[in-house]
Amino acid sequence: MSAFAIDVAGLVKSFGGRRVVDDVSVRVARGEIMGFLGPNGSGKTTTIRMLCGLLKPDAGEGSCLGFDVLRQSEEIRRHVGYMTQKFSFYEDLTIAENLDFVARIFHLSDRRRRVQQTLDRLGLANRRHQLAGSLSGGWKQRLALAACIMHEPKLLLLDEPTAGVDPKARRDFWDEIHLLAAEGMTVLVSTHYMDEAERCHRIAYVAYGRKLTEGTVPEVVAGAGLSTFTLRSDAPAALARRLHGLPGVELVAPFGTLLHVSGRDRQALSASIEGLAGEGLAFTASPDQPTLEDVFILLMGQSADNFA
Amino acid sequence: MSGRGLSLARLGAMVVKEFIQMRRDRVTFALLIGIPIIQLTLFGFAINNDPKGLPTIVHEAESGPHGRSILSALRNSGYFDLTGEATSRAEVDRALELGRVQFAITIPVGFERALLRGESPQILIEADASDPSATGNAIAALSRITTDALAHDAGDLPVATTAPPFGLTVHRRFNPDGITQYNIVPGLIGVILTMTMVITTAMAMTRERERGTMENLLAMPVRPIEVMAGKIVPPIGMGAIQVGVVLLAARALFGVPMTGSFPALMLAVMLFIATNLCIGFTFSTVARNQLQAMQMSFFFFLPSILLSGFMFPFRGMPGWAQVIGEALPLTHFLRVVRGVMLRGNGFPEVAVNAWPMLAVLAVVTFVALNRYKQTLD
Repeated sequence: MSAFAIDVAGLVKSFGGRRVVDDVSVRVARGEIMGFLGPNGSGKTTTIRMLCGLLKPDAGEGSCLGFDVLRQSEEIRRHVGYMTQKFSFYEDLTIAENLDFVARIFHLSDRRRRVQQTLDRLGLANRRHQLAGSLSGGWKQRLALAACIMHEPKLLLLDEPTAGVDPKARRDFWDEIHLLAAEGMTVLVSTHYMDEAERCHRIAYVAYGRKLTEGTVPEVVAGAGLSTFTLRSDAPAALARRLHGLPGVELVAPFGTLLHVSGRDRQALSASIEGLAGEGLAFTASPDQPTLEDVFILLMGQSADNFA
Repeated sequence: MSGRGLSLARLGAMVVKEFIQMRRDRVTFALLIGIPIIQLTLFGFAINNDPKGLPTIVHEAESGPHGRSILSALRNSGYFDLTGEATSRAEVDRALELGRVQFAITIPVGFERALLRGESPQILIEADASDPSATGNAIAALSRITTDALAHDAGDLPVATTAPPFGLTVHRRFNPDGITQYNIVPGLIGVILTMTMVITTAMAMTRERERGTMENLLAMPVRPIEVMAGKIVPPIGMGAIQVGVVLLAARALFGVPMTGSFPALMLAVMLFIATNLCIGFTFSTVARNQLQAMQMSFFFFLPSILLSGFMFPFRGMPGWAQVIGEALPLTHFLRVVRGVMLRGNGFPEVAVNAWPMLAVLAVVTFVALNRYKQTLD
């Protein structure tokens, strides 16, 4: 058996002539939490759907849990847990009824005990008779997770699981994900949130259907070769306007009264900043570490250029 | 800018938006154009309340020139299409009970002799009156035929007495009093089931899709046939309750008899319910949302009610309309339910009309399972 829970290469999917996923390869080791990052419409959901057999790839090959993604989608369905982006359980069924339905579909033996265990594990037991439709976003997400892991899948695919969920619920959710990973489950999770990316063992960044980078967070940040300066100013907006378009300046991002200025050409960047100081604009500059967000925004801008 | 009152600009914004949405909603658009065309075609060309050329079986216990003249007079009236000859009384009964013929004409033994003797013998005309509107005009036309039929042969016959040379005895079989409810109320079972069952399952898959639960259902290891059967089983119970209500009302309120085999009827009811549910399921694999599913059900319901023989006599319709009618399960179910309740049909007669329903069921199930995609592609 392969050491990888997910091992796919060259996945391609087009909708109406548009390549939504273009030659994406993903490898996720068993027991690893892999973050799948990228802007809206970058092909994250489509890729995940191909992994769990909901969409047939136009090209590419590979396996999930050792099952062929092209031919063995039935086995994949049985052994993978997939949590959809939009809540997709029955709002007119109670929590317990939803779980019971899933348990029956998966032929779980000792169904009642398994449902009860799942309710207990995710703290849903005293809400078991509540209709799913009446739950808040956080509880819905908990129910969805509970239903996805009840059949004890070896691989969990989560598509933006924490969208629209408050910070406390998000934190609890991630604690649960880490517990599951510690028990040996492999997790592929797509997200927009940088703090969530940093909770993953490894991340992959996709934009416009292509995978742009992959690795641990420090690897990805270092791999971008980005230099960053923090500029402190009383008039950051005016300063930012001046900075745009200067040689070496690729990213200007305001953080309150601070500006994050980044670029890959460190010499040109610092020359430009020093040049501005000579023009009499009042600010102080200090070298800083680039953040993951800086890296992603840079990557996104680049790949958009490639597309044009 | 006007804050209060009617703003033409805001009204304009609404109107423009509605037009854009209407144009995008192709099915509604097609319905707006299609409904008038279908209604015109059906009401204008297909429906005929004065059915002619009704299939008639002839039982000539004795053959003679005058009998022949009378038969051709009947044929010439346009109402009777002499499609077959029976050699026995049993054959006549069977043809009527099966609903294969609308009329049976029996010329008795000794007819010619009695005619020549001026005894005014009787010809027996039996009508399947389970649908009174199908036979009414034909029976009304008989009196003229009586007086004209032997006009050419007047020379052979005894000089006119006051009585006509022969008489026609009309038996309205299965519904002697011509009670319309006897025809309508059993038919209602079929109409109600068509309406409710098709809609129930037509909404079934589109609801899953609209609420976003379809993606989850597809991601789980459940097979299309399991989904389909699972969606179909619960409404069968609903349909059975409806049938029970109508049958009780038919008995208690309208006094409609149940002359045939009740178990045979129930078997046909189950088959008919399943067929309609599968048709609805097929719609739901095609429709993109619940509104479209409703519209498709309506599109199916319209010809079902008009071309099945529920509202208008089936035999009054032109050939093309009858072909469409034969493809509708309701047409066959109406034959079963009227046959069992009014004409005393049992299992063998029901089986004749069950096959077409079974065929429709097989076709729509095949289509539905092929349309049901296990992926989101």
